[in-house]
Amino acid sequence: MNGNSKTVRRITYREAVHEALRDALLRDQRVFLMGEDVGRYGGCFAVSKGLLEEFGPERIRDTPLSESTFTGAGIGAALGGMRPIVEIMTVNFSLLASDQILNNAATYLHMSGGLFNVPLVIRMATGGGRQLAAQHSHSLEGWYAHIPGIRVLTPATLEDARGMLWTALEDPDPVLIFEHSTLYNMEGDLPVDAGPVDIDRARVRRPGRDITIITYGASLFKVLDAAETLSGEGIEAEVIDLRTLRPLDDRTFLDSVARTHRALVVDEGWRSGSLSAEISARIMEGAFYELDVPVERICSAEVPMPYAKHLEEAALPQVDKILASVRRMVTSHG
Amino acid sequence: MMVKSMRKASSPKLNREHAHHLLHQMLRIRRFEDKAAELYSAMKIRGFLHLYNGEEAVAVGVMEALTPEDAVVATYREHGQALARGLSAASILAEMYGKQEGCCRGRGGSMHLFDDKTRFYGGNAIVGGGLPLAVGLALADKMQNRPRVTCCFFGDGAVAEGEFHESMNLAALWQLPVLFLCENNLYAMGTALTLSEAVTDLARKAASYNVQAAAVDGMDVLAVESAARKAAALVRSGQGPYFLECRTYRFRAHSMFDPELYRSKEEVEEWKKRCPIATFIQRLKDQALLDDTELNGMEREVADEINQAIAFAEVCTCEPVEDLTRFVYSERRPA
Repeated sequence: MNGNSKTVRRITYREAVHEALRDALLRDQRVFLMGEDVGRYGGCFAVSKGLLEEFGPERIRDTPLSESTFTGAGIGAALGGMRPIVEIMTVNFSLLASDQILNNAATYLHMSGGLFNVPLVIRMATGGGRQLAAQHSHSLEGWYAHIPGIRVLTPATLEDARGMLWTALEDPDPVLIFEHSTLYNMEGDLPVDAGPVDIDRARVRRPGRDITIITYGASLFKVLDAAETLSGEGIEAEVIDLRTLRPLDDRTFLDSVARTHRALVVDEGWRSGSLSAEISARIMEGAFYELDVPVERICSAEVPMPYAKHLEEAALPQVDKILASVRRMVTSHG
Repeated sequence: MMVKSMRKASSPKLNREHAHHLLHQMLRIRRFEDKAAELYSAMKIRGFLHLYNGEEAVAVGVMEALTPEDAVVATYREHGQALARGLSAASILAEMYGKQEGCCRGRGGSMHLFDDKTRFYGGNAIVGGGLPLAVGLALADKMQNRPRVTCCFFGDGAVAEGEFHESMNLAALWQLPVLFLCENNLYAMGTALTLSEAVTDLARKAASYNVQAAAVDGMDVLAVESAARKAAALVRSGQGPYFLECRTYRFRAHSMFDPELYRSKEEVEEWKKRCPIATFIQRLKDQALLDDTELNGMEREVADEINQAIAFAEVCTCEPVEDLTRFVYSERRPA
């Protein structure tokens, strides 16, 4: 991050999300946070620590373990003129609220013929990599991206962790924000005046001429690490951070593929019927004749996530797999 | 099931005008539903169609207790609630015809009637799914210090859903102004309450969450009105949620696809003797509050309204297919 003209400060992803929440609560009296352990515990990932003391129990609401009902209550409160932020502790538990998200939040505007929009934000932690085994390691943001009527955001950078929330709260429709749980401790520089960012566009995080690598969330940093190594080998990879999985900004990656003629998708979700499959299909539809080699994908192994460290590492996308795929793809001529 | 141990609602003062209003509302619903069934057979209406015959006293009695600022969350058997709440028969019928002049532009159909002017939030067709929404609407009112009631209709089937229990708990925990209105018609589609619940006294379930709870004869519009007024007043005064069970019965099949294999004709006939409209008419006549001329006049008025609604729906137009993807997302977003 170039900070030569701006004052920057060291900040963690956790602190960036905390700051975004605090900023939203200060800006708009209609904003409130509710979810499991967001108040007295300070948030499962310590993101909301201190907010209860500052904003009180009316606006920082600890809920019972009733995912479906507090998510539905968020929808109802949004319909009633509030701007709720519902925190579902992790994506794994969001399955218990999936009826409210899919059948209510996503449908109300269309089903009512445009009468009732739902200005709701739902945040949740996602992803594996912490040896939490099969029931606590899901990456289901691609599933949610299947659903018309909601927006699906995956902030990977500090800038997005800080800036996406307010833009999401201003949006008239339901927005789901997936924060990868391995990112909360990530530290870096952020401009002091960092504020809201757009939630519509993918971003080129590293320009390159030889191959386009499309990714999002925590995988972004594995891809950037791989790109750095490849650069030393004379291979320049263009790295695209999708940022928003629905609606998908395909223009950005199609334009990139038109320049690099190669595309690799790195996605922590499972391969079959996945977001990576969607991206691959869009490249076939929109840039087929630009391709020098077939699109490739690096996804999580199609297994329930194992506990053992070596098995979990083998199941997740890793830098060495990215390196191997890219080297093969750029030396191949189809 | 016998209706017993029920709270005997004190009779509200019954004047002629109010009595006629209640009867008129019930007749509107009954005749509307009968016509909807005909129109379904004539293939003017498609999809699922769940009719409210037999349960009219519930919607009509309850709506008397609500103000225009209150909110209503209903189920997929909601024509009666919509009519009683003030949606026009024409806009409902046009919706069921799938026309863009319908209350939801034909997007929702019979199961999903919505109206912003009367704060009518569906038309919700996932059993139990409306309860959390009602909790949230009430939370918004409480947080904004508005003395409103959110009235949430659901059936006995919803009591088996986790969302019922979660919502009772959360509404009681946060003392939210929700009137939980259970229309117990004894069957969750084809499964009798006695075959699905270990405890069939539904008010007891709600009471176990520290929700004030009562049961009332849902075939008696005056009893429903009285119980609902009392419940709504308590909710509005900030005393937390209230659960009111209206014990009623559906005279027609669950939907137009239901062969009714799960209940006897004798049972249905037995309940029809307690028809909320016929018994109310008799009661009014006994008290000299209604005569045949007035009743005939009322029936003509209702028939005219429904005929006009049909005439309207018939000439309504289809939303252009180009509009299919409108309202997936809002058309106005901040730049």
